[in-house]
Amino acid sequence: MPDKTVRVASGQGFWGDWQEAPKLQVRRGPIDYVMLDYLAEITMSILEKQRERDPRAGYARDFVDLVIDLAPDLVARGVRVVSNAGGVNPESCRDLLVERLADVETQRPVRIAIVRGDDLMARLDDLLAAGHELRNMETGEPLEAVRERVTAANAYMGAGPILRALRQAADVVVTGRSTDTALTYAPLIHEFGWAPDDWDRIAAGVVAGHINECGAQASGGNTLFRWREVDLIEPGYPIIEASADGAFVVTKHPSLGGRVNWASVTEQLVYEMGDPTEYITPDCVADFSTIRLEDLGADRVRVTGVRGRPRPGSLKVSIAYRAGYKATGSLTYAYPDAYEKAALADRVLRGRLERLGLRFEEIRTEYVGAGACHGPLAGPPDPELPEVGLLISVRGESRADVERFTRELAPLILAGPPTVTGFAAGRPKIHEVMAYWPALIDRAVVEEVVEVEVTEA
Amino acid sequence: MRVPLWRVAFARSGDKGDTANVGLIAYTDAIYTVLKQSVTADTVRNHFKGICLGEVDRYELPNLRALNFLLHESLGGGGTVSLMLDAQGKTFSAALLRMEVEVPEALVREADEVSGWSERA
Repeated sequence: MPDKTVRVASGQGFWGDWQEAPKLQVRRGPIDYVMLDYLAEITMSILEKQRERDPRAGYARDFVDLVIDLAPDLVARGVRVVSNAGGVNPESCRDLLVERLADVETQRPVRIAIVRGDDLMARLDDLLAAGHELRNMETGEPLEAVRERVTAANAYMGAGPILRALRQAADVVVTGRSTDTALTYAPLIHEFGWAPDDWDRIAAGVVAGHINECGAQASGGNTLFRWREVDLIEPGYPIIEASADGAFVVTKHPSLGGRVNWASVTEQLVYEMGDPTEYITPDCVADFSTIRLEDLGADRVRVTGVRGRPRPGSLKVSIAYRAGYKATGSLTYAYPDAYEKAALADRVLRGRLERLGLRFEEIRTEYVGAGACHGPLAGPPDPELPEVGLLISVRGESRADVERFTRELAPLILAGPPTVTGFAAGRPKIHEVMAYWPALIDRAVVEEVVEVEVTEA
Repeated sequence: MRVPLWRVAFARSGDKGDTANVGLIAYTDAIYTVLKQSVTADTVRNHFKGICLGEVDRYELPNLRALNFLLHESLGGGGTVSLMLDAQGKTFSAALLRMEVEVPEALVREADEVSGWSERA
């Protein structure tokens, strides 16, 4: 079938992305798969915390609502869902799906697959004892240094387990920590039967995955190129139309807004890019310097020429550990001399914190309207500014000290510089800081425990 | 003529830990050739003085008319450790586009056609 085209649509670029997007992708035109990315680096530790409080929590709840809403359409249209919504608890995610699907009418039962094996938390001490040091990829330090404070440890899985699920005719695939790109290229490997060492084609799939993984960022969202001209009220999220040879077209449903052109695709390609010749995934190393783009017009961009190299022997592990507490307070100062008033408030507050003997690792002050984003590049603050927002943040090991800081903002209203407002939100919230520890692990250690389980509902 | 980078290029930025990445994309091939000479790791590091505390790496992507910059030690520790409003370096793209560069006037005019600047000016 040389002419076979497979369409993988992007439906969610992060947890909290636009809920209408996946529904529009399924209902506004032909697609074969919709990929939904829910997990950022920090998300796993948030989910781990939720599971500690409730053993049935720890996954993306929004995902369940979405699948329940879409289930009749998915079955009727033959669209399959590939998602990493399972977080640290794919089983409970599946259980709730099964329970709620009992009340949904579909033409035939829905097959749900869950993927397990990425979660290394329970195995951590055994792994360390067996000599896997899980050294920090940036600092070289062994994990032992922060072991007591680790709250989550997950390996990034590639296409393997998703392929196993698709071969068992799963309609909905729910993984834990999969790479974002695998959610797009696993369906392509499955549909076209690409060999596991067909590095160029898999690399093409990785590029397609990188384009899909941030939702509308590839189709007109958050773009600097002619940004005034994009209809963003109802943007079409990107759709990959792939061919067996690895070439693909990036497009969107014509009835939706947004924009796909050489600029929107290029902007997404360079997003979160390191060394472009070494884009490392569990299934190949893609070389982004080989990508050729051709803008075909009418919201279609053709991507060809992608080259890849063999996959690495190790998988990346994302580890989160507790690293103290932080809080941010804000106040707004009005014209005239808004910046000067805010800067005086900052000095007053810091003086009070010092006299209280509070200890922080860092105190940071930023002035919204006067360089909070671009710092010294913004130039000196203009005394004519209509208002300036004062942001003061602290971070430290002592929760009590951070808590005391949150009580020092409000007094500035009556006992600080004049013409201040913007305290309606109340006392600042205290957040536990979860630091990120990237490491590598021998892939066999993870692959030997990966399980795929399919249930009909 | 001397112009801010945004007249001849656009950009997108993001984060990897405490490192910000800025992908700079030229509006035309000819402008890419000019920027490859003038927007170096050194000039970018100098531009971000006081913001980027570490080294700057540059990678060339002529196939995309793009230069990718890695600005190490720029995000206050990165991730949730950072106390910065822009802890993910999302606005570093616009910050780089403030840089002034020398570009032949004819090429700036060509860029204005692509960017739509000529229609608005």
